[in-house]
Amino acid sequence: MSANLAAILYLVAGVCFIMALRGLSSPKSARQGNLFGIAGMAVAVGTTLAQSSIEDYLWIAIGIVAGGLIGTTVALKIKMTAMPQLVAGFHSLVGLAAVLVAGATLHSPEVFGIVDETGIRLISRIEMSIGVVIGALTFTGSIIAFAKLQELMTGVPLVFKGQHLLNLGLLLGIIALAILFCFEQSPTLFWIMTGLALLFGVLLIMPIGGADMPVVISMLNSYSGWAAAGIGFTLENTVLIIVGALVGSSGAILSYIMCKAMNRSFISVIMGGFGATATTQSTGAKDKTAKAGSADDAAFIMSNAGSVIIVPGYGLAVAQAQHAVREMGDLLKKAGVTVRYAIHPVAGRMPGHMNVLLAEANVPYDEVFELDDINSDLPNTDVAFVIGANDVTNPLAKTDPSCPIAGMPILDVEKAKTVLFVKRSLAPGYAGIDNPVFYNPNTMMLFGDAKKMVEEIVKALQA
Amino acid sequence: MEHLLQVHPLIMSITVFVLAVLVGYYVVWSVTPALHTPLMSVTNAISSVIIVGALLAATPLEGGIGKVFGGIAVGLAAVNIFGGFTVTQRMLQMFKKKK
Repeated sequence: MSANLAAILYLVAGVCFIMALRGLSSPKSARQGNLFGIAGMAVAVGTTLAQSSIEDYLWIAIGIVAGGLIGTTVALKIKMTAMPQLVAGFHSLVGLAAVLVAGATLHSPEVFGIVDETGIRLISRIEMSIGVVIGALTFTGSIIAFAKLQELMTGVPLVFKGQHLLNLGLLLGIIALAILFCFEQSPTLFWIMTGLALLFGVLLIMPIGGADMPVVISMLNSYSGWAAAGIGFTLENTVLIIVGALVGSSGAILSYIMCKAMNRSFISVIMGGFGATATTQSTGAKDKTAKAGSADDAAFIMSNAGSVIIVPGYGLAVAQAQHAVREMGDLLKKAGVTVRYAIHPVAGRMPGHMNVLLAEANVPYDEVFELDDINSDLPNTDVAFVIGANDVTNPLAKTDPSCPIAGMPILDVEKAKTVLFVKRSLAPGYAGIDNPVFYNPNTMMLFGDAKKMVEEIVKALQA
Repeated sequence: MEHLLQVHPLIMSITVFVLAVLVGYYVVWSVTPALHTPLMSVTNAISSVIIVGALLAATPLEGGIGKVFGGIAVGLAAVNIFGGFTVTQRMLQMFKKKK
């Protein structure tokens, strides 16, 4: 195959990948978008395999079959609640693959045609250094994120004295080694640099707490893209550069959206430590009383309401109550109640996670609304049914500039005529602050396990 | 003035890169927030197009350590490609409209 034809086919693949992302603008076109993605991948791989330099198919056949089997099996078996871990795991593989490909360009540069009279071309040395460093820190950073999400290690931020200085030192060391490598071309320097970048990835994610995980996953998504782009520059491969740029900007935008949803700056997330100092400042909670109600009360209130907005949080997924909630929604709809769902951007453990969990429970997507689209409807709503969420409904974010979630956009559930709050106890949420909504006169607390409570409400509605 | 053909390949790569970042920026902002998880899993799958580099490294008859690296990277990228597209499809199947 001529180089020109190959370049055109890579362009076709690149366009397919853009169409794949474009499809996600609506659930209707999304499945078609995914097919575009698969087609693009087939074109890119096929074009590469048709190159004349391909001599030995054995290893790649083994790699593709083994990798394909593992990937497909995992993807079919994974629970939707475990999506964040899966994605973090996948990111780590992209990172490691980038490191290995960069290593291969170092040890067999002639295969990639990046050699001149000085050895590996200078420009390629620079590009492969960038690719390998970002790849390495994506690899180990994602492994730490995976371990935290899978609860193999504590989600509490691990901070120690001098951490930021150490990180800064490591970063400067990596840059110095990269410059040295560009002059010396020594594989030893290359691998020491890679080693430092691996360590840097670990230290970068360690101090970031569980509540910030949606940002971390998006950030690593972005890094995996930049790593791919770095390798694309080394190989002068258009499709790899296009994809790297797409994925890199996609992850960066998601990080931005997540930061904004928590009113946290990107820098403060990176610096870490959020949640570690969460002092439980119960602001005079003792002299206030919350009104408690039963499942029967809740069923009575909701079946007599005109409209109900359900506000789910991650606690819903932890309790596996999605299906029960959907059943409750169905019964209410039969009784003539308008049922909608309100999703805060950080309701799950990764961007869009709660939408997937509700979709899995067969909640139609046109009943599910984002924060900005539904917040203005809450004052005209009869019942806000909060389940497994807490901090995202806390009005202190608007009124108390000193609280940890100050400025975070919240769902104004307290403006609904009645608030039903399903919760185990009056304990504060992730941010460690008391929620004044609990003590409002129009709030009724439904104490208990989310799933059991909803199942009891369902029973009461059927009776 | 130099002829356009004499432009350094790096400049061409940077051109493609900058344009693709801009395309990515506008396309991703148009993605509905409800599909942000599938967006992440599909970007994951497509970033495994890094397999094209791995394929080149894994296939010379005499490849040494570079060939080993390439072979492993092909396997890792394949996990991502098959896993990423499959799990994305699984999620997208779940998004249904009201009957």
